[in-house]
Amino acid sequence: MIKFTPFESQIVPMPMDNIDTDQIIPARFLKTISKDGLGDQLFCDWRYDAAGTPKPDFILNQDWAKQCQILVAGDNFGCGSSREHAPWALTQYGFRAVVSTSFADIFKSNALKNSLVPVVVDSATHQKLMALPRDAKVALDLAAQTLTLPDGTAIQFPVDAFSKYLLLEGVDELGYILQQDDAIKAYEAGRASTLNTLAA
Amino acid sequence: MPKTIIEKLWDSHVVSEKEGAPALLYIDLHLVHEVTSPQAFAGLRTRGLKVRRPDLTFATTDHSTPTTPKNLPIIDPIAAAQVKQLETNAAEFGIPLYGFHSDKQGIVHVIGPENGLTQPGMTVVCGDSHTATHGAFGALAFGIGTSEVEMVLATQCLPQRKSKTFEVRVDGTLRPGVAAKDIILALCAKVGIGGGTGSVFEYRGSAISALSMEERMTVCNMSIEAGARAGLVAPDDATFEYLAGRKYSPQGAAWDAAVARWKTLPTDEGATYDQSVTIDASTLEPMITFGTNPGMGMAISGAVPDPANVADPIERESLRKALEYMALTPGKPLAGQPIDVVFVGSCTNSRISDLRAAASVLKGRKVNSQVRMMVVPGSQPIKRQAEAEGLDRIFRDAGAEWREAGCSMCIAMNGDQLTPGQYSVSTSNRNFEGRQGKGGRTFLASPQTAAASAIMGRVTDVRTLLG
Repeated sequence: MIKFTPFESQIVPMPMDNIDTDQIIPARFLKTISKDGLGDQLFCDWRYDAAGTPKPDFILNQDWAKQCQILVAGDNFGCGSSREHAPWALTQYGFRAVVSTSFADIFKSNALKNSLVPVVVDSATHQKLMALPRDAKVALDLAAQTLTLPDGTAIQFPVDAFSKYLLLEGVDELGYILQQDDAIKAYEAGRASTLNTLAA
Repeated sequence: MPKTIIEKLWDSHVVSEKEGAPALLYIDLHLVHEVTSPQAFAGLRTRGLKVRRPDLTFATTDHSTPTTPKNLPIIDPIAAAQVKQLETNAAEFGIPLYGFHSDKQGIVHVIGPENGLTQPGMTVVCGDSHTATHGAFGALAFGIGTSEVEMVLATQCLPQRKSKTFEVRVDGTLRPGVAAKDIILALCAKVGIGGGTGSVFEYRGSAISALSMEERMTVCNMSIEAGARAGLVAPDDATFEYLAGRKYSPQGAAWDAAVARWKTLPTDEGATYDQSVTIDASTLEPMITFGTNPGMGMAISGAVPDPANVADPIERESLRKALEYMALTPGKPLAGQPIDVVFVGSCTNSRISDLRAAASVLKGRKVNSQVRMMVVPGSQPIKRQAEAEGLDRIFRDAGAEWREAGCSMCIAMNGDQLTPGQYSVSTSNRNFEGRQGKGGRTFLASPQTAAASAIMGRVTDVRTLLG
């Protein structure tokens, strides 16, 4: 994992509640056995017409949006399936943060494992972000847990301390669990008679 | 201090808890399918890791598998490669697999309970958001992402933060024509698609106790559609009766010890929840969704809501956009809306009692000539059971398709899908845009409502067909 560093970017506003994982990445692209190549399919059914041509009015097809690293969406972003293909598609497109008033649990957990920061803000801040002029830039500093608006206002956002540590240090979560092998062994020893092993 | 079942399950699975870090939670059963696991196995190979507990892991193929006759090959080469990859991974890492050609193959959330793999008091995970289905047995069961699949394969553990406890109390007696599916659709409509975010539901009350295990699975299955990662029902005699004698259930003295342990799980008298909601089952009608998420549902006698009556601008726009996608008129009843397809199946409603419910409505009747009806059993054993009972004859005689087991048109990865603009009444769990095929429009409902709608060729209140 790469260490998560501060950055500044224009934002892509998507003022819709409950954007679900089937919109972020439709199920038909989940037949892949790889993590790669999903960025082009991000929001596929909103982004392309039946012939596969980009729809010019969809925001991600507009030239100015192509370099944006922050998506600002409505409430309960990422609801639906547990597919990690959703954060894979978002990060492969180039997003490093999604800002919303709330996130679905599994999406949030998956995002944090892929260096995609889910930023929760209150509705007043959310409205301010949605109303920003297109060329306005917002700065995201994970260490400080701040989102800084063009007028200099720094908005604090919550991040789980453990996830923050992993992201900032580029530490791998599986490595962290593997280090606790002794505790896992001790737990298993205590559960020896109550684990339903399938061994015939 | 009195505890809820949710807290008891949590406490008994904490491996370690360190300051500033989430608890490490032990996983008793890890279910694996072909879609969300290949990248996790690839990760194990890269790191040179083994599966820590293949004996607590079980795999099946369901999402991308065709539901056409089994003697036909998987035509889609990408799906075929994915199914093959799971076979390779299971063999290499020593994981039991009910593969594509197994006579026990089926939807992952159907075969777990069917084989007694799912038991009270367990933690159960799967790379699938409908893992809450297993909560029907008094297990803490939740969906995980592929990174987490890799963690559980390697360590049998997951770092987790404790969820809030959310009591869903359902009392009263369901009226004729009203099903378990209607309870959960009513909950989704009541609390909204994000209402349970951060929480685990405990379903309780007289209406829940009265449900069969299969009905409880239907309710728990859609917990995620109300935002909760998990939902469960405390085990009782119905649970023990269901599990007794199943392939992986404990036997003999081990069974008695297990039942004694399971009986300590229900929520203690006086335990409190972070949040509560109540539903009166006796007032419920058959439910149907009108929009593009499962929270956009209503009683079948209701009218499509009008965005003009919604105060919040983003909510108003979401509803307007949903109705535009669905091509529905605000203020108009949904009953009577012509439909093209009826799908009976999915991890929500593909068990034998679901098939019986649909068949009981269809018996002696015909599927409307304008409608394609697909019936997809949840597993191969359910398919055989239905055939032994003659249900397949009822479906075929009515003009419905009787297919092989799998997720099928719930997720539309396997070629079973709507064409753009088509309307379906579906017993599945999601009505998101394009969920059942690009441009397809889904009304979620119970098997009874689906069967009634198939006969009439339009959205139909099943109570109008009951004798």
